[in-house]
Amino acid sequence: MKRSTKTDWRWSLLALILLFTAEMGYAQEDDLLALLGEEETTDYTFATFKANRVINLHSIENTAKGVLDIKISHRFGFLSGGPYELWGLDQASIRIGGEYGISDRLMIGLGRSSFEKTYDGFVKWKVLRQSKGKKNMPFTASLLATTAIKTLRFQDPDRDNLNSSRLFYTFQGIIGRKFSESFSLQLSPTLVHRNLVETNAEANDVLALGIGSRMKLTKRSSINFEYIYVLPDQLAEGFTNSLSIGFDIETGGHVFQLHFTNSTSMIEKGFIAENTGNFFDGDIGFGFNVSRVFTVN
Amino acid sequence: MKNKFVAILSFILMLSFQIQGQKYFSKTGDISFSSKTPLEDIEAESHTASTVIDLESGKIQWAVLIKSFEFEKALMQEHFNENYMESNKYPKAKFAGTIEDVEKLDFSNDGSTVVVVNGKLNIHGETQNISTNATFSITSGKITGMSELKIAVADYNIEIPSVVKDNIAKEITIKIKAHYEALN
Repeated sequence: MKRSTKTDWRWSLLALILLFTAEMGYAQEDDLLALLGEEETTDYTFATFKANRVINLHSIENTAKGVLDIKISHRFGFLSGGPYELWGLDQASIRIGGEYGISDRLMIGLGRSSFEKTYDGFVKWKVLRQSKGKKNMPFTASLLATTAIKTLRFQDPDRDNLNSSRLFYTFQGIIGRKFSESFSLQLSPTLVHRNLVETNAEANDVLALGIGSRMKLTKRSSINFEYIYVLPDQLAEGFTNSLSIGFDIETGGHVFQLHFTNSTSMIEKGFIAENTGNFFDGDIGFGFNVSRVFTVN
Repeated sequence: MKNKFVAILSFILMLSFQIQGQKYFSKTGDISFSSKTPLEDIEAESHTASTVIDLESGKIQWAVLIKSFEFEKALMQEHFNENYMESNKYPKAKFAGTIEDVEKLDFSNDGSTVVVVNGKLNIHGETQNISTNATFSITSGKITGMSELKIAVADYNIEIPSVVKDNIAKEITIKIKAHYEALN
Protein backbone atom coordinates (compact mmCIF):
# COMPACT_ATOMS: atom_id res chain seq x y z
CA MET A 1 0.00 0.00 0.00
CA LYS A 2 2.74 2.36 1.03
CA ARG A 3 4.86 1.41 -1.98
CA SER A 4 1.98 1.99 -4.32
CA THR A 5 1.42 5.56 -3.08
CA LYS A 6 5.08 6.35 -3.66
CA THR A 7 4.82 5.14 -7.24
CA ASP A 8 1.71 7.20 -7.78
CA TRP A 9 3.57 10.25 -6.63
CA ARG A 10 6.39 9.53 -9.12
CA TRP A 11 4.00 9.14 -11.96
CA SER A 12 2.25 12.35 -11.03
CA LEU A 13 5.56 14.17 -11.00
CA LEU A 14 6.40 12.83 -14.45
CA ALA A 15 2.98 13.87 -15.70
CA LEU A 16 3.44 17.34 -14.23
CA ILE A 17 6.85 17.76 -15.83
CA LEU A 18 5.50 16.66 -19.19
CA LEU A 19 2.53 18.97 -18.86
CA PHE A 20 4.76 21.82 -17.85
CA THR A 21 7.00 21.26 -20.89
CA ALA A 22 3.95 21.21 -23.11
CA GLU A 23 2.76 24.47 -21.56
CA MET A 24 6.21 25.98 -22.04
CA GLY A 25 6.19 25.18 -25.74
CA TYR A 26 2.73 26.54 -25.94
CA ALA A 27 3.45 29.74 -24.07
CA GLN A 28 6.18 30.61 -26.54
CA GLU A 29 3.60 30.80 -29.31
CA ASP A 30 3.04 34.43 -28.60
CA ASP A 31 2.46 35.39 -32.17
CA LEU A 32 -0.59 33.36 -33.03
CA LEU A 33 -0.82 34.92 -36.49
CA ALA A 34 2.55 33.41 -37.35
CA LEU A 35 0.76 30.07 -37.35
CA LEU A 36 -1.10 31.14 -40.47
CA GLY A 37 2.11 31.74 -42.38
CA GLU A 38 2.79 34.88 -44.37
CA GLU A 39 1.28 34.89 -47.83
CA GLU A 40 3.34 36.82 -50.31
CA THR A 41 1.45 39.56 -52.05
CA THR A 42 2.33 41.97 -54.83
CA ASP A 43 2.84 45.47 -53.57
CA TYR A 44 2.19 47.97 -56.36
CA THR A 45 3.81 51.36 -56.11
CA PHE A 46 1.39 54.25 -56.02
CA ALA A 47 1.62 58.04 -56.04
CA THR A 48 4.86 58.27 -58.01
CA PHE A 49 3.72 61.74 -59.02
CA LYS A 50 0.94 63.81 -57.49
CA ALA A 51 -0.79 64.46 -60.79
CA ASN A 52 -0.90 62.91 -64.23
CA ARG A 53 1.32 65.72 -65.48
CA VAL A 54 4.84 66.44 -64.25
CA ILE A 55 4.50 70.04 -65.44
CA ASN A 56 3.85 69.99 -69.19
CA LEU A 57 4.80 66.37 -69.77
CA HIS A 58 2.46 63.52 -69.00
CA SER A 59 3.58 61.68 -65.89
CA ILE A 60 3.23 57.92 -65.48
CA GLU A 61 0.15 58.49 -63.33
CA ASN A 62 -3.28 57.71 -64.70
CA THR A 63 -6.70 58.98 -63.74
CA ALA A 64 -8.33 56.15 -61.79
CA LYS A 65 -11.20 54.13 -63.18
CA GLY A 66 -14.47 56.04 -63.29
CA VAL A 67 -12.87 59.32 -62.31
CA LEU A 68 -13.30 62.52 -64.30
CA ASP A 69 -10.46 64.99 -63.94
CA ILE A 70 -11.18 68.55 -65.01
CA LYS A 71 -8.05 70.55 -65.66
CA ILE A 72 -7.75 74.28 -66.11
CA SER A 73 -4.25 75.35 -67.09
CA HIS A 74 -2.77 78.77 -67.65
CA ARG A 75 0.55 79.99 -68.96
CA PHE A 76 1.26 83.68 -68.60
CA GLY A 77 3.67 85.72 -70.69
CA PHE A 78 7.39 85.90 -70.04
CA LEU A 79 8.97 87.73 -67.13
CA SER A 80 11.28 89.32 -69.69
CA GLY A 81 8.31 91.48 -70.78
CA GLY A 82 9.14 93.66 -67.79
CA PRO A 83 6.81 96.04 -65.95
CA TYR A 84 5.13 97.20 -69.20
CA GLU A 85 3.67 93.70 -69.60
CA LEU A 86 3.36 93.33 -65.81
CA TRP A 87 6.04 90.64 -66.06
CA GLY A 88 3.94 88.56 -68.42
CA LEU A 89 0.65 88.70 -66.56
CA ASP A 90 -0.94 90.72 -69.39
CA GLN A 91 -0.90 87.70 -71.64
CA ALA A 92 -2.44 84.40 -70.78
CA SER A 93 -2.72 81.22 -72.72
CA ILE A 94 -5.27 78.72 -71.46
CA ARG A 95 -6.10 75.09 -71.91
CA ILE A 96 -9.32 73.57 -70.62
CA GLY A 97 -9.39 69.81 -70.50
CA GLY A 98 -11.33 66.81 -69.29
CA GLU A 99 -9.80 63.44 -68.65
CA TYR A 100 -11.43 60.16 -67.76
CA GLY A 101 -10.22 56.77 -66.53
CA ILE A 102 -11.80 53.92 -68.49
CA SER A 103 -9.88 51.52 -66.30
CA ASP A 104 -7.13 52.06 -63.75
CA ARG A 105 -4.65 51.62 -66.58
CA LEU A 106 -6.35 53.24 -69.55
CA MET A 107 -7.35 56.88 -69.75
CA ILE A 108 -8.55 59.29 -72.39
CA GLY A 109 -8.59 63.05 -72.50
CA LEU A 110 -9.74 66.02 -74.55
CA GLY A 111 -8.58 69.58 -74.38
CA ARG A 112 -8.78 72.91 -76.08
CA SER A 113 -5.97 75.42 -76.04
CA SER A 114 -6.46 79.09 -76.76
CA PHE A 115 -3.04 79.16 -78.42
CA GLU A 116 -3.72 78.66 -82.16
CA LYS A 117 -7.24 77.52 -81.19
CA THR A 118 -6.08 73.94 -80.94
CA TYR A 119 -8.12 70.89 -79.94
CA ASP A 120 -6.30 67.82 -78.69
CA GLY A 121 -7.19 64.33 -77.67
CA PHE A 122 -5.11 61.57 -76.14
CA VAL A 123 -5.06 57.99 -74.98
CA LYS A 124 -2.67 56.85 -72.25
CA TRP A 125 -2.15 53.22 -71.35
CA LYS A 126 -0.17 52.02 -68.36
CA VAL A 127 1.58 48.91 -69.68
CA LEU A 128 3.72 47.96 -66.67
CA ARG A 129 3.38 48.80 -63.02
CA GLN A 130 6.28 49.13 -60.62
CA SER A 131 5.86 46.50 -57.92
CA LYS A 132 7.65 44.34 -55.41
CA GLY A 133 6.80 41.15 -53.58
CA LYS A 134 5.31 38.29 -55.53
CA LYS A 135 5.73 40.20 -58.79
CA ASN A 136 8.82 42.30 -59.13
CA MET A 137 8.93 45.19 -61.59
CA PRO A 138 11.51 47.94 -61.20
CA PHE A 139 9.58 50.65 -63.08
CA THR A 140 6.24 51.76 -64.46
CA ALA A 141 5.88 52.15 -68.21
CA SER A 142 3.13 53.88 -70.16
CA LEU A 143 2.35 54.65 -73.77
CA LEU A 144 0.79 57.89 -74.85
CA ALA A 145 -0.69 58.81 -78.22
CA THR A 146 -2.06 62.27 -78.92
CA THR A 147 -3.62 64.08 -81.84
CA ALA A 148 -3.93 67.83 -82.11
CA ILE A 149 -5.72 69.95 -84.66
CA LYS A 150 -5.15 73.65 -85.15
CA THR A 151 -8.38 75.45 -86.01
CA LEU A 152 -6.95 78.91 -86.60
CA ARG A 153 -8.31 80.28 -89.91
CA PHE A 154 -6.05 79.59 -92.87
CA GLN A 155 -3.62 82.43 -93.47
CA ASP A 156 -4.46 82.57 -97.16
CA PRO A 157 -8.02 81.35 -97.78
CA ASP A 158 -7.57 81.54 -101.55
CA ARG A 159 -4.82 78.96 -101.53
CA ASP A 160 -5.62 75.25 -101.87
CA ASN A 161 -5.70 74.51 -98.14
CA LEU A 162 -5.80 70.99 -96.78
CA ASN A 163 -7.31 70.22 -93.41
CA SER A 164 -4.75 67.46 -92.96
CA SER A 165 -2.06 70.13 -92.85
CA ARG A 166 -3.41 71.20 -89.45
CA LEU A 167 -2.89 67.83 -87.80
CA PHE A 168 -0.17 66.85 -85.37
CA TYR A 169 0.49 63.50 -83.74
CA THR A 170 2.63 62.57 -80.76
CA PHE A 171 3.76 59.14 -79.66
CA GLN A 172 5.48 58.88 -76.34
CA GLY A 173 6.79 56.16 -74.10
CA ILE A 174 7.00 56.99 -70.40
CA ILE A 175 9.25 55.02 -68.11
CA GLY A 176 9.28 56.06 -64.49
CA ARG A 177 10.35 54.86 -61.10
CA LYS A 178 9.55 55.92 -57.57
CA PHE A 179 13.00 55.57 -56.05
CA SER A 180 11.94 56.52 -52.56
CA GLU A 181 8.94 57.97 -50.80
CA SER A 182 10.08 61.43 -51.87
CA PHE A 183 12.04 60.98 -55.10
CA SER A 184 10.61 59.93 -58.48
CA LEU A 185 12.12 60.14 -61.95
CA GLN A 186 10.82 59.44 -65.42
CA LEU A 187 12.09 59.45 -68.98
CA SER A 188 9.85 60.23 -71.94
CA PRO A 189 11.18 59.32 -75.37
CA THR A 190 8.92 61.15 -77.81
CA LEU A 191 8.12 61.40 -81.49
CA VAL A 192 6.14 64.41 -82.67
CA HIS A 193 4.83 64.15 -86.22
CA ARG A 194 3.74 67.28 -88.04
CA ASN A 195 1.82 66.86 -91.27
CA LEU A 196 2.99 70.22 -92.56
CA VAL A 197 6.05 72.24 -91.65
CA GLU A 198 6.95 75.73 -92.82
CA THR A 199 10.30 75.10 -94.41
CA ASN A 200 12.41 72.25 -95.74
CA ALA A 201 14.87 72.78 -92.93
CA GLU A 202 12.34 71.47 -90.44
CA ALA A 203 11.67 67.79 -89.96
CA ASN A 204 8.14 66.42 -90.10
CA ASP A 205 9.11 63.90 -87.46
CA VAL A 206 10.79 65.36 -84.40
CA LEU A 207 12.51 63.09 -81.91
CA ALA A 208 12.98 64.22 -78.35
CA LEU A 209 13.74 62.88 -74.90
CA GLY A 210 11.96 64.32 -71.89
CA ILE A 211 13.05 63.95 -68.30
CA GLY A 212 10.77 64.67 -65.39
CA SER A 213 11.33 64.41 -61.68
CA ARG A 214 9.75 65.25 -58.38
CA MET A 215 11.06 65.66 -54.89
CA LYS A 216 8.53 65.74 -52.08
CA LEU A 217 8.87 68.60 -49.63
CA THR A 218 6.08 67.58 -47.28
CA LYS A 219 3.45 64.86 -47.49
CA ARG A 220 1.29 67.13 -49.59
CA SER A 221 3.70 69.20 -51.63
CA SER A 222 6.58 68.61 -53.98
CA ILE A 223 9.11 70.35 -56.21
CA ASN A 224 9.00 69.21 -59.82
CA PHE A 225 11.52 69.54 -62.61
CA GLU A 226 11.20 68.90 -66.30
CA TYR A 227 13.46 69.22 -69.34
CA ILE A 228 12.90 68.13 -72.90
CA TYR A 229 15.91 67.60 -75.12
CA VAL A 230 15.12 67.79 -78.83
CA LEU A 231 17.65 65.87 -80.90
CA PRO A 232 19.73 68.24 -83.10
CA ASP A 233 19.02 69.31 -86.72
CA GLN A 234 15.29 68.85 -86.60
CA LEU A 235 13.95 72.30 -85.84
CA ALA A 236 14.60 75.65 -87.52
CA GLU A 237 16.83 78.27 -85.91
CA GLY A 238 15.39 79.94 -82.83
CA PHE A 239 13.52 77.04 -81.31
CA THR A 240 14.54 76.03 -77.80
CA ASN A 241 14.22 73.12 -75.44
CA SER A 242 11.50 73.25 -72.83
CA LEU A 243 12.66 73.74 -69.26
CA SER A 244 10.33 74.02 -66.31
CA ILE A 245 10.43 74.01 -62.57
CA GLY A 246 7.29 73.64 -60.52
CA PHE A 247 5.63 73.21 -57.19
CA ASP A 248 2.72 70.82 -56.57
CA ILE A 249 0.35 71.21 -53.70
CA GLU A 250 -2.55 68.94 -53.01
CA THR A 251 -5.61 69.64 -50.89
CA GLY A 252 -8.24 66.91 -50.79
CA GLY A 253 -9.73 66.60 -54.27
CA HIS A 254 -7.58 69.35 -55.82
CA VAL A 255 -4.03 69.39 -57.06
CA PHE A 256 -2.50 72.79 -57.76
CA GLN A 257 0.60 72.81 -59.89
CA LEU A 258 2.41 76.14 -59.97
CA HIS A 259 5.45 76.56 -62.16
CA PHE A 260 7.89 78.63 -64.11
CA THR A 261 8.42 77.48 -67.67
CA ASN A 262 9.72 78.74 -71.00
CA SER A 263 6.83 76.99 -72.78
CA THR A 264 3.61 78.72 -73.73
CA SER A 265 1.87 75.70 -75.20
CA MET A 266 0.51 72.98 -72.95
CA ILE A 267 0.38 70.22 -75.54
CA GLU A 268 3.22 68.06 -76.85
CA LYS A 269 3.48 69.38 -80.37
CA GLY A 270 3.79 72.89 -78.96
CA PHE A 271 6.08 72.60 -75.98
CA ILE A 272 8.35 70.07 -77.65
CA ALA A 273 8.55 71.21 -81.28
CA GLU A 274 7.50 74.88 -81.24
CA ASN A 275 9.09 76.21 -78.11
CA THR A 276 10.65 79.68 -78.45
CA GLY A 277 11.41 80.94 -74.97
CA ASN A 278 15.03 81.15 -73.89
CA PHE A 279 14.92 80.29 -70.20
CA PHE A 280 18.21 81.95 -69.31
CA ASP A 281 17.30 85.21 -71.08
CA GLY A 282 14.33 85.62 -68.80
CA ASP A 283 11.82 84.05 -71.17
CA ILE A 284 10.17 82.39 -68.23
CA GLY A 285 6.47 82.50 -67.69
CA PHE A 286 4.46 81.77 -64.62
CA GLY A 287 1.86 79.09 -65.08
CA PHE A 288 -0.45 76.76 -63.23
CA ASN A 289 -2.51 73.62 -63.71
CA VAL A 290 -5.50 73.15 -61.48
CA SER A 291 -7.00 69.71 -61.33
CA ARG A 292 -10.26 68.74 -59.72
CA VAL A 293 -11.43 65.15 -59.73
CA PHE A 294 -15.00 63.85 -59.66
CA THR A 295 -15.92 60.23 -59.12
CA VAL A 296 -18.54 59.64 -61.81
CA ASN A 297 -18.20 55.89 -62.52
CA MET B 1 1.31 0.00 -13.11
CA LYS B 2 1.79 -0.17 -16.85
CA ASN B 3 -1.85 0.57 -17.35
CA LYS B 4 -1.57 3.66 -15.25
CA PHE B 5 1.42 4.86 -17.30
CA VAL B 6 -0.48 4.38 -20.53
CA ALA B 7 -3.45 6.18 -19.06
CA ILE B 8 -1.42 9.22 -18.02
CA LEU B 9 0.46 9.32 -21.29
CA SER B 10 -2.68 9.19 -23.34
CA PHE B 11 -4.16 11.86 -21.08
CA ILE B 12 -1.19 14.13 -21.81
CA LEU B 13 -1.39 13.32 -25.50
CA MET B 14 -5.08 14.04 -25.53
CA LEU B 15 -4.47 17.29 -23.73
CA SER B 16 -1.89 18.41 -26.26
CA PHE B 17 -4.18 17.46 -29.11
CA GLN B 18 -6.90 19.42 -27.47
CA ILE B 19 -4.61 22.44 -27.27
CA GLN B 20 -4.01 22.09 -31.00
CA GLY B 21 -7.69 21.80 -31.73
CA GLN B 22 -8.57 24.85 -29.70
CA LYS B 23 -7.25 27.42 -32.10
CA TYR B 24 -9.47 29.03 -34.68
CA PHE B 25 -8.55 31.29 -37.57
CA SER B 26 -9.69 33.27 -40.58
CA LYS B 27 -7.76 34.88 -43.42
CA THR B 28 -10.79 36.62 -44.90
CA GLY B 29 -11.83 38.75 -41.97
CA ASP B 30 -13.84 41.87 -42.74
CA ILE B 31 -12.76 45.18 -41.29
CA SER B 32 -14.57 48.35 -42.21
CA PHE B 33 -14.34 51.81 -40.80
CA SER B 34 -16.37 54.93 -41.20
CA SER B 35 -15.94 58.58 -40.47
CA LYS B 36 -19.12 60.61 -40.36
CA THR B 37 -19.24 64.40 -40.40
CA PRO B 38 -21.96 66.79 -41.57
CA LEU B 39 -19.78 67.50 -44.62
CA GLU B 40 -18.76 64.04 -45.70
CA ASP B 41 -19.16 60.37 -44.92
CA ILE B 42 -16.10 58.27 -45.58
CA GLU B 43 -16.12 54.51 -45.58
CA ALA B 44 -13.57 51.87 -46.42
CA GLU B 45 -13.38 48.13 -46.10
CA SER B 46 -10.97 45.25 -46.28
CA HIS B 47 -11.87 41.60 -46.65
CA THR B 48 -8.45 40.09 -46.19
CA ALA B 49 -7.74 40.53 -42.49
CA SER B 50 -6.12 37.62 -40.64
CA THR B 51 -7.12 36.53 -37.18
CA VAL B 52 -6.41 33.69 -34.77
CA ILE B 53 -8.12 32.82 -31.48
CA ASP B 54 -6.74 30.45 -28.91
CA LEU B 55 -9.55 29.20 -26.70
CA GLU B 56 -7.10 27.70 -24.24
CA SER B 57 -5.43 30.95 -23.29
CA GLY B 58 -8.12 33.33 -24.50
CA LYS B 59 -5.64 35.07 -26.76
CA ILE B 60 -6.96 36.77 -29.85
CA GLN B 61 -4.99 38.48 -32.61
CA TRP B 62 -5.83 40.39 -35.75
CA ALA B 63 -3.73 41.87 -38.55
CA VAL B 64 -4.69 43.72 -41.72
CA LEU B 65 -2.74 45.27 -44.56
CA ILE B 66 -3.48 49.00 -44.74
CA LYS B 67 -3.28 48.86 -48.54
CA SER B 68 -6.11 46.32 -48.62
CA PHE B 69 -8.68 48.94 -47.61
CA GLU B 70 -10.90 49.93 -50.49
CA PHE B 71 -12.60 53.28 -50.74
CA GLU B 72 -15.32 54.50 -53.03
CA LYS B 73 -13.07 57.29 -54.27
CA ALA B 74 -9.70 56.29 -55.70
CA LEU B 75 -8.07 59.54 -54.66
CA MET B 76 -9.19 59.06 -51.06
CA GLN B 77 -7.59 55.64 -51.06
CA GLU B 78 -4.36 57.12 -52.38
CA HIS B 79 -4.33 59.89 -49.79
CA PHE B 80 -5.25 57.44 -47.02
CA ASN B 81 -2.19 55.35 -47.87
CA GLU B 82 0.21 58.12 -48.77
CA ASN B 83 -0.58 60.91 -46.33
CA TYR B 84 -2.59 59.63 -43.41
CA MET B 85 -1.55 56.03 -42.74
CA GLU B 86 1.83 56.08 -44.51
CA SER B 87 1.31 52.48 -45.49
CA ASN B 88 4.79 52.05 -46.92
CA LYS B 89 6.22 52.80 -43.50
CA TYR B 90 3.48 51.11 -41.47
CA PRO B 91 2.05 48.40 -43.72
CA LYS B 92 -0.16 46.69 -41.14
CA ALA B 93 -2.59 47.44 -38.36
CA LYS B 94 -2.47 44.85 -35.60
CA PHE B 95 -4.41 43.89 -32.54
CA ALA B 96 -3.22 41.47 -29.87
CA GLY B 97 -5.44 40.87 -26.89
CA THR B 98 -7.15 38.50 -24.55
CA ILE B 99 -10.74 37.38 -24.24
CA GLU B 100 -11.13 37.98 -20.51
CA ASP B 101 -14.04 35.62 -19.99
CA VAL B 102 -13.01 33.02 -22.55
CA GLU B 103 -14.50 30.23 -20.41
CA LYS B 104 -17.93 31.52 -21.42
CA LEU B 105 -17.26 30.50 -25.00
CA ASP B 106 -18.45 27.11 -26.18
CA PHE B 107 -17.94 26.56 -29.88
CA SER B 108 -19.55 23.13 -29.86
CA ASN B 109 -23.10 24.36 -29.35
CA ASP B 110 -25.16 26.86 -31.30
CA GLY B 111 -25.74 30.17 -29.56
CA SER B 112 -24.46 33.67 -29.11
CA THR B 113 -22.09 34.90 -26.41
CA VAL B 114 -20.84 38.36 -25.59
CA VAL B 115 -17.32 38.50 -24.17
CA VAL B 116 -14.94 41.24 -23.10
CA VAL B 117 -11.74 41.67 -25.08
CA ASN B 118 -8.79 43.71 -23.82
CA GLY B 119 -5.62 44.28 -25.72
CA LYS B 120 -3.31 46.49 -27.64
CA LEU B 121 -4.19 48.03 -30.97
CA ASN B 122 -1.33 49.14 -33.18
CA ILE B 123 -2.11 51.55 -36.01
CA HIS B 124 0.32 53.87 -37.79
CA GLY B 125 3.11 52.74 -35.48
CA GLU B 126 1.24 53.81 -32.33
CA THR B 127 -0.05 51.37 -29.74
CA GLN B 128 -3.08 52.01 -27.55
CA ASN B 129 -4.92 49.88 -25.02
CA ILE B 130 -8.37 48.89 -26.15
CA SER B 131 -11.27 47.32 -24.31
CA THR B 132 -14.33 46.26 -26.22
CA ASN B 133 -17.17 43.78 -26.32
CA ALA B 134 -17.15 41.04 -28.91
CA THR B 135 -19.93 38.71 -29.92
CA PHE B 136 -19.33 35.13 -30.92
CA SER B 137 -22.22 33.33 -32.48
CA ILE B 138 -22.39 29.73 -33.57
CA THR B 139 -25.01 28.79 -36.12
CA SER B 140 -25.06 25.16 -37.24
CA GLY B 141 -21.42 24.78 -36.33
CA LYS B 142 -20.23 27.97 -38.08
CA ILE B 143 -18.38 30.35 -35.81
CA THR B 144 -18.71 34.09 -36.38
CA GLY B 145 -16.95 36.68 -34.29
CA MET B 146 -17.70 40.36 -34.48
CA SER B 147 -17.08 43.58 -32.72
CA GLU B 148 -17.45 47.29 -33.07
CA LEU B 149 -15.24 49.91 -31.53
CA LYS B 150 -14.52 53.59 -31.69
CA ILE B 151 -11.05 55.01 -31.80
CA ALA B 152 -9.77 58.57 -31.80
CA VAL B 153 -7.65 59.55 -34.80
CA ALA B 154 -5.48 61.71 -32.57
CA ASP B 155 -4.44 58.66 -30.49
CA TYR B 156 -2.58 57.20 -33.42
CA ASN B 157 -0.54 60.21 -34.43
CA ILE B 158 -2.43 60.58 -37.71
CA GLU B 159 -2.08 64.13 -38.85
CA ILE B 160 -5.11 65.78 -40.42
CA PRO B 161 -4.44 69.02 -42.29
CA SER B 162 -6.61 71.98 -41.36
CA VAL B 163 -8.26 72.20 -44.83
CA VAL B 164 -9.98 68.85 -44.37
CA LYS B 165 -10.40 68.85 -40.60
CA ASP B 166 -14.17 69.29 -40.94
CA ASN B 167 -14.40 66.43 -43.43
CA ILE B 168 -12.80 63.82 -41.21
CA ALA B 169 -14.36 62.76 -37.91
CA LYS B 170 -12.30 62.88 -34.72
CA GLU B 171 -13.64 59.48 -33.83
CA ILE B 172 -13.69 56.58 -36.28
CA THR B 173 -16.03 53.62 -35.95
CA ILE B 174 -14.44 50.28 -36.77
CA LYS B 175 -16.46 47.15 -37.44
CA ILE B 176 -14.85 43.76 -37.55
CA LYS B 177 -16.24 40.38 -38.42
CA ALA B 178 -14.78 36.98 -39.22
CA HIS B 179 -15.95 33.45 -39.85
CA TYR B 180 -13.60 31.27 -37.88
CA GLU B 181 -12.42 27.79 -38.81
CA ALA B 182 -10.52 25.32 -36.66
CA LEU B 183 -6.75 25.60 -37.07
CA ASN B 184 -4.97 22.29 -37.39
